[in-house]
Amino acid sequence: MAVVTARAMTDGTSAQAPKMAVRKLDLFYGESQALYEVDLDIAEKQVTALIGPSGCGKSTFLRCLNRMNDTIDGVTIKGNVTLDDRDIYDKAIDVVQLRARIGMVFQKPNPFPKSIYDNVAYGPRIHGLVNSRDELDEVVMTSLEKAGLIKEVKDRMAEPATGLSGGQQQRLCIARAVAVSPEVILMDEPCSALDPIATAKVEELIDELRSNYTIVIVTHSMQQAARVSQRTAFFHLGKLVEVGDTDQIFTNPKDERTKGYITGRFG
Amino acid sequence: MSLTFLLLAIALLCALSFFFGRQRAVGLSGGRYSNLHSLPVHYGVYTALWCGLPALFIVMVWYGFQGTIIQALIVADLPDSLTSDPGQLSLALNSIGLLSEGRGAHLAGAAPELIDAGRRLANLKSIASGALVVVMVCGALLGLIFSYRKITKDMRARNNVERIARGLMMICSAIAILSTVGIVFSLMFESLQFFTKISPLDFLFGLEWSPQTAIRADQVASEGAFGMIPLFVGTLLITFIAMCVAVPVGLFSAIYMGEYASPKFRAVAKPALEILAGVPTVVYGFFAALTVAPFIRNQGSLLGLDVSSESALAAGLVMGLMIIPFVSSLSDDVMSQVPQSLRDGSYGLGATKSETIRNVIFPAALPGIVGAVLLAVSRAVGETMIVVMAAGLAANMTANPLQAVTTVTVQIVTLLVGDQEFDSAKTLSAFALGLVLFLVTLGLNVFALKIVKKYREKYD
Ligand SMILES: Nc1ncnc2c1ncn2[C@@H]1O[C@H](COP(=O)(O)OP(=O)(O)OP(=O)(O)O)[C@@H](O)[C@H]1O
Ligand SMILES: [Mg+2]
Repeated sequence: MAVVTARAMTDGTSAQAPKMAVRKLDLFYGESQALYEVDLDIAEKQVTALIGPSGCGKSTFLRCLNRMNDTIDGVTIKGNVTLDDRDIYDKAIDVVQLRARIGMVFQKPNPFPKSIYDNVAYGPRIHGLVNSRDELDEVVMTSLEKAGLIKEVKDRMAEPATGLSGGQQQRLCIARAVAVSPEVILMDEPCSALDPIATAKVEELIDELRSNYTIVIVTHSMQQAARVSQRTAFFHLGKLVEVGDTDQIFTNPKDERTKGYITGRFG
Repeated sequence: MSLTFLLLAIALLCALSFFFGRQRAVGLSGGRYSNLHSLPVHYGVYTALWCGLPALFIVMVWYGFQGTIIQALIVADLPDSLTSDPGQLSLALNSIGLLSEGRGAHLAGAAPELIDAGRRLANLKSIASGALVVVMVCGALLGLIFSYRKITKDMRARNNVERIARGLMMICSAIAILSTVGIVFSLMFESLQFFTKISPLDFLFGLEWSPQTAIRADQVASEGAFGMIPLFVGTLLITFIAMCVAVPVGLFSAIYMGEYASPKFRAVAKPALEILAGVPTVVYGFFAALTVAPFIRNQGSLLGLDVSSESALAAGLVMGLMIIPFVSSLSDDVMSQVPQSLRDGSYGLGATKSETIRNVIFPAALPGIVGAVLLAVSRAVGETMIVVMAAGLAANMTANPLQAVTTVTVQIVTLLVGDQEFDSAKTLSAFALGLVLFLVTLGLNVFALKIVKKYREKYD
């Protein structure tokens, strides 16, 4: 607990307990270590941006938060990660339910080869969140609405999702994640495959989602981090170098490496 | 002069001309290869091809015509008494052949004109092979000189070599295609002959198959019935049983291998499964006939069922066993091609492994799986050995898997083994059956491709 209070004081967020807390997280891919003693709090209903040079472990870290690394052979994890003060790596935790609470959006849009409707209905169906077809319709519609996609797709719900444009597909993936009503949404470079206009739409969407969800986003774009996030964490070579309010990180970084990265001197 | 020797000689000539061509190019380059249009190797290959291909061509043509021409020369000198009757002539030619090779000891007392002809034949043959060597070497040298003189700094040897290589590949694929077309045409030709004897309607829709016709005019025999429906029913029944075994077992083992098994287990189990595909079908056949069929009959009689000793069930089960590796390794391949991102997407939404397989991987892989299954079906339809040994010969029209049935392939085999008159309806019906079988498998394959394409369009 001592660590928590110390952290809370240094990075100057509200005293409110964090939604997720990561303590002394080490991660190994086989023999090689990819993360070193990462300590990070993720505040509720805020957007936390993870930035850092390529290969520094941002995706790896993000995947620890919903145990997606479990699907990779040979990964060992030490330290702990809590969601609402419960250790998510505890044996008693069901990964499947955990992932329903912590949704994920990937770098490349990956809609299933099904209809648009079935894509969004996928999560609610497997988790038994709805009891009737009407309820399901309702969930699908509100999710699409939240993802700002409803206008574009309401007449083509039965068409294959793979026929949508890249930006639409990515928003569909967000709708798909939202449909399960997660508490946290993890996004790994959600805009890197999109053009500037689609990117702007997704960013707008992230900003709206913030009022209901806790969001962690990995991004390579400083501007994007500055635009959408409230807090920013800078990773370098598998270590968390600095974390703080986005304004502070971008205007007044404490660490030399952070300064170097955001001013573009290395990366 | 044996063919092996000729081919070796050609290879040697090619090697020599490769060397010359390369040398010449190197000489022209003045030490810097970049002065040349192509690499020295290309010039070497260019001359080697120009030397080797004409020589090969000459050898091939020569062997094609040598026999006929020499025979014509021999026949021309034989007395009329021998040449007028074809049977006599072929006997005489046979003896002459033996005599020419010095193997005609038992013909020592043969007619002097035959012995003469034998000697002449041996003579002609040795002249021919000597001439062949000369002509071939001349052709090779001409090609070599021609190409050698064409080499200049700017000659596009690389492009020329590529053009020649493309031509060679075209010839190879033409051989493949033409032989298929040839087979189909011979099938059609013989089938047409069959249909002049038996009406196509009787053949296609007849419900009775008993191809015993009189071989000699004085024999008393039934007319023979050539209705292929019972054979197709038998084929379908056995194929159906086989697919009932192969599809679920193959598919589930593919899913287990691809998605659940640890890499260690997979490394052992996958090759083991593929060994099944390497077992000769004859072995499956006697396994079916000697082990499975008696077993089924015994079990059946315990249950009070009347099972014949050769049953569709035995053949179908074993055939299914044989097809398992087809289904499993093909569907394993297509399922492992489903991108990781789709799996991640599903896991990320909190789906379990089996939900992910059922809802995402399987549907995405379905076109490939359908293709695999249809391929397996056409394999089952065309399978012969197992059914010959285990399913019997009785052309029963039944859907009861416990009875003996027969299939199209089995009938083709039984129609053609043994001494047959080549133009009887019985023999010709084998071709008609073959044609129908070919059309069915062709249709299946086309259909499979169509399905695959339709799903492709839908999903990517
Ligand atoms: N499945 C894996 N197996 C082994 N090593 C891995 C695996 N995934 C990532 N790594 C290694 O872990 C380190 C961190 O990778 P990670 O993907 O987390 O980087 P990143 O910060 O997301 O980079 P980028 O910005 O390029 O996406 C890299 O050195 C990478 O090579
Ligand atoms: Mg990454």
